[in-house]
Amino acid sequence: MRAPLLNRLLPIATLLALAAFSFSGSDYYTGLAVKIMIYAIFALSLQLLVGGAGLVSLGHAAFFGIGAYVAALLSPESEAASLWWLLPAALLAAAAYALVTGALALRTRGVYFIMVTLAFSQMAYYVFHDTKIGGGSDGIYLYFRPELSLGGWMPFDLGNAGTFYFFVLACLAVTWGFLALLRRSPFGAALAGIRINEQRMRAAGYSTYPYKLAAYVVGATLAGLAGFLFALKDGFVTPELLAWEQSGLVLLMVILGGMGSLGGAVLGTVTMVLLQELFQSQDLFGDYARHWHLPLGLAIIALVALLPNGLAGLPAQWRERRQARAADVRKDAAPPARAESKPAAARLPLQGERHV
Amino acid sequence: MDISILLIQSLNAFQYGLLLFLVASGLTLIFGIMGIINLAHGSFYMIGAYMAFALGPLVDRWLGGGFLTTLAVCVLAAGVMGYLLEAAFFSYLYKRNHLQQVLMTYGLILVFEELRSILVGNDVHGVPLPEWLRGSIALGDVMTYPVYRLFISAVGIVVALLLYWMISRTRLGMMLRAGASNREMISSLGIDINKLYRVVFAAGVALAALAGSIAAPVSSVYPGMGNGVLIICFVVVVIGGIGSIRGAFLAAMLVGFAETFGQVLFPSAAGVLVYLLMALILLCKPEGLFKQG
Repeated sequence: MRAPLLNRLLPIATLLALAAFSFSGSDYYTGLAVKIMIYAIFALSLQLLVGGAGLVSLGHAAFFGIGAYVAALLSPESEAASLWWLLPAALLAAAAYALVTGALALRTRGVYFIMVTLAFSQMAYYVFHDTKIGGGSDGIYLYFRPELSLGGWMPFDLGNAGTFYFFVLACLAVTWGFLALLRRSPFGAALAGIRINEQRMRAAGYSTYPYKLAAYVVGATLAGLAGFLFALKDGFVTPELLAWEQSGLVLLMVILGGMGSLGGAVLGTVTMVLLQELFQSQDLFGDYARHWHLPLGLAIIALVALLPNGLAGLPAQWRERRQARAADVRKDAAPPARAESKPAAARLPLQGERHV
Repeated sequence: MDISILLIQSLNAFQYGLLLFLVASGLTLIFGIMGIINLAHGSFYMIGAYMAFALGPLVDRWLGGGFLTTLAVCVLAAGVMGYLLEAAFFSYLYKRNHLQQVLMTYGLILVFEELRSILVGNDVHGVPLPEWLRGSIALGDVMTYPVYRLFISAVGIVVALLLYWMISRTRLGMMLRAGASNREMISSLGIDINKLYRVVFAAGVALAALAGSIAAPVSSVYPGMGNGVLIICFVVVVIGGIGSIRGAFLAAMLVGFAETFGQVLFPSAAGVLVYLLMALILLCKPEGLFKQG
């Protein structure tokens, strides 16, 4: 089988390509790449919930926004903060909110879980939007990116665009690697079991609630990391980062890429951001670029219609079609003497519950 | 709080709740019976409002005018549009899982919003009130209340009663109730499920468009007006229990009162209140107030 090796090499190739890309020299494209990487971290963190544990959350932007707001609120106005405490503070805040809301939200399931997570994220949204904590609906600025100092020595200056690019890339690599390890751990296996059939997992002696809660908190923490990086990138934070459109967007990225794999989340992010940029491009579409939502919407509909398993499911879809065609040809050529035994272990006889 | 302010705010809350109910009732039926999460439902509200804006002058010219005629034309046009949309697009969604439906109907929102931008533009427009609904009536000594808001409430009540009658007394309603509790069963009992779906969908679109077109003179029409309504209506549907018209009505009233009085009593926390309400209700009753089936 070539596929597993390919699956292992592809992430590394992607990360190397991104590293090489930083030398392309164009500020616009490196900026776009940073945006894609941050959203990729965000989508990966949601993939842990959706693709890992089968928990469809429509409130994931809350943790993204909380990470961003903590970075902006705790940074002093006139000097740079230290990354050593600013980053943990942002992650802890996101994790704490996830622990409290997740403990309650996980009492519900399916569509109701979607709506309760939405409710909790809207609460956070309105706290930042309607009160003066974070400058209300105008948002606040973050004037200095934090410093990374090792005992007075400062090897990395995040204020430098190139260094920041590699810092984001490193965060993406760590997130991706961590989630890949998590998937292969007993914890990841338990989550997959919960996704496929929670009843059976309980019958097998697993207390499923703590597993789901742990996944929820870990996913939220990583989303907080993405939000933290986003605040550093723009130097500007608004309540829109927590809005439900943001949660919807990242969920779209995950679904579009395919829920089966981590790579799917990254692929979905890249596709979504690039589609947005493509249809907004004045060079390609001229004046029609103003109406970029129209082709984007049609593209989304077409992609979902043609790719029921997402972009990452495309090779499997092709393989199935090829096999079906090959089987047809064989049937036409000569009727088989006995029924061919299909590889029994190719698919477990488990039927996944519908997601919602 | 003064008693007349209380009265006025209650009327406002009642009217807002009824408007929410018009949109949410269609949403809950489509969700409960057809099993489709239709994010584009807010767009139908938006389309209704824009139709009231754009068709008003045309109706004046060709059909002799009249606000009620405009409303009727909007509702009819929306119903036809819903019928065709179901045949052309939504009927392909039944086989897909919920997440794909979410994605495709999200794409549809983008399409509708952009078509709106191409056809009508991105400006905020007012819709004129009809002459006979322009006044206001006195409440107490100094307060007045606009007649048009009472008109909205009246329309809402009439529609709610009609829906109640239709669902509990007619054959179509019987099929709807059966469909909400067990879809496979009614199709195996020889009911043409495709036709039922098409009718339900068209009715849902017409209701949302009705809500949009009667709200247009009060709220004016503006880009993105469907999205705010969509989320709050999903809240209503979920609080009420998916597929339950009765639940949708009660939930719409709860949400209407929570939001209206929230804005009066705690202006800085008004937005949170509705979601707090939903979280509390779902934590006590994880499947909404009136669960179907």
